[in-house]
Amino acid sequence: MGKQSNQFFKVSLLVMSLFVLGACSSTSETDDEISGDDSQSSSSSSSGSASSSAGSNSGQLTQEQIRAQNALRQTVFYFDFDVAEFQPADRETLTYHARDLAANPSKRLRLEGHADERGTREYNLALGERRANGILNYFIVNGASRSQIEVVSYGEERPEQSGQTENAYSRNRRVEIVAR
Amino acid sequence: MKLRTSLLGAFICLCNWTANAELSIQITQGVDNPIPIAVVPFSNESGGFFSEDVSQIVINDLEQVGEFRALSRANMLSMPSGEQEVFYRDWRILAQDYLLVGKIDQQPGSQLVQVQYEFFDINREMKLAGEVLTGSVTQLRDIGHTISNVVFEQVTGIPGAFTSEILYIVSESAGPEMSLFRLEKADYDGARPQTLLESGEPIMSPSWSPNGQDVAYVSFETDLPRIYIQNIATGQRRQITNYPNINSSPVWSPDGTKLAMVLSKDGSPDIYVQDLNNNQLIRITDHPAIDTEPSWTPDGRHIVFMSDRTGQPQIYQMELGANSYNVERLTYDCFQCAKAKFLPDGLNLVHVRRETRQSPTYQIAILNIETLRVITLTGTSLDESPSVAPNGSMIMYATKFNGRGVLDAVSIDGRVKFRLPSSQGDVREPSWSPFLN
Repeated sequence: MGKQSNQFFKVSLLVMSLFVLGACSSTSETDDEISGDDSQSSSSSSSGSASSSAGSNSGQLTQEQIRAQNALRQTVFYFDFDVAEFQPADRETLTYHARDLAANPSKRLRLEGHADERGTREYNLALGERRANGILNYFIVNGASRSQIEVVSYGEERPEQSGQTENAYSRNRRVEIVAR
Repeated sequence: MKLRTSLLGAFICLCNWTANAELSIQITQGVDNPIPIAVVPFSNESGGFFSEDVSQIVINDLEQVGEFRALSRANMLSMPSGEQEVFYRDWRILAQDYLLVGKIDQQPGSQLVQVQYEFFDINREMKLAGEVLTGSVTQLRDIGHTISNVVFEQVTGIPGAFTSEILYIVSESAGPEMSLFRLEKADYDGARPQTLLESGEPIMSPSWSPNGQDVAYVSFETDLPRIYIQNIATGQRRQITNYPNINSSPVWSPDGTKLAMVLSKDGSPDIYVQDLNNNQLIRITDHPAIDTEPSWTPDGRHIVFMSDRTGQPQIYQMELGANSYNVERLTYDCFQCAKAKFLPDGLNLVHVRRETRQSPTYQIAILNIETLRVITLTGTSLDESPSVAPNGSMIMYATKFNGRGVLDAVSIDGRVKFRLPSSQGDVREPSWSPFLN
């Protein structure tokens, strides 16, 4: 999961270029702006904005960049028992994912829905789909195209954690975003 | 996860080998007053070596269903192998109700064996049954099960199901974030397991065709859940569905010409019926909630299914060809009722029941839809996937034991239980065969 999400989120820098009109196209996420005054001045000069505002702007945008990066790095979303709606705390993160899709029409991903083992298997298959569809619809409302997203439910067939504990159950009720 | 997919997603093995994780039965609960029966070791007429002990197979069969207790061989006063050697008094003294004797003969140089058995009622001093069965030496286990069928029917009046088989799914860890899934078939008691399909992606919902020759199931081998039909003897298979989203829960109609299934191609999971001759697809339910777990009534005219249209899973039924709003609700008194199927009587509904919201435990129960009486048959907390023996006498289901998936069986009156432990992996989704010829 980790390797693949890194690769996945390098692409996410593209989104930021939308937010950050005048920002330089940085080479990597470690290319932070703390010491990058010279290079920024060159790019800001090309955009022709006032140097003073460019400085403060780039500070704000950087925070936004980091926030977007962090948001896109989260690819697993957990659900409450017997609940198909994603947690309100994940709304902002999912919004970043939706905007990322909207900004990158060629990007494709898969929403994989899962359930814990309680209840019947075939109902859990349907519950996993309902959870994934909740996120699918949220993405579409926020600008993603239906054709970018494939939904599949694994029900209770692919638990993240085995065992009959509350902790395992809470890890298994989830939707995973997987790059395609 | 991508890694897992590329390594194993395409890996799928159509196989027919003997699985080494053999299941073997443990009786976990028997009746209080089992019927005493003496099964005398069958005499070996030719002196050859046989890999199977036919009389022991019969003893195991009869004791596993809980209603019989076999007399210890050490306590027998005589060891008859035919009617002329039977003295009823020897068995009456030992308080036996029934007696089974027999002999096995094999012609020199032949693979054929002849098994003669005779079955007696001690109290009435009469022979109830007897015949000579001929088969290959590799079929001694089948011959034993056949004799068990006769004994069981003579005593209980119900046909025995000892020659029936089961299908089930096994999942095993195969490294970090990798699992192996197998569709297996075995004798009803877990003996002689065979792998019918192995895959790196989930396999679900095995279902026997009514003639016992084919199995329908769901496989994720293309990364998406799709329905397949496989011939059990030849391994030949074909993909039946390729609709968007969920394709699941295939169940054969009693006449074997149609497959009920669940498709969510139009938004939410609904019940459909596909004609296997012309592939015509008929939509049965039409509701934005989840409709799933279809089963057929014994007459093939209605579909029973689960829906959460009232907020929680409950059981409904619909007549084929009726309007989709013409739905009859069958359960009201449970927080969740799911995975229902009628017994052959068409009155008693086997299902998975969660009584209350507060207690998320799931048990196997039977609801009589006329008297509304409910009998809960199991006492563990994660019981699911009930499947009824072809003679209607027992229900096999999946549960957890020591954190692992195992198959348990319970008699229809709840008095007898046995377990088929597996040596490795999670075992689940048992599907009990029809009577096989």
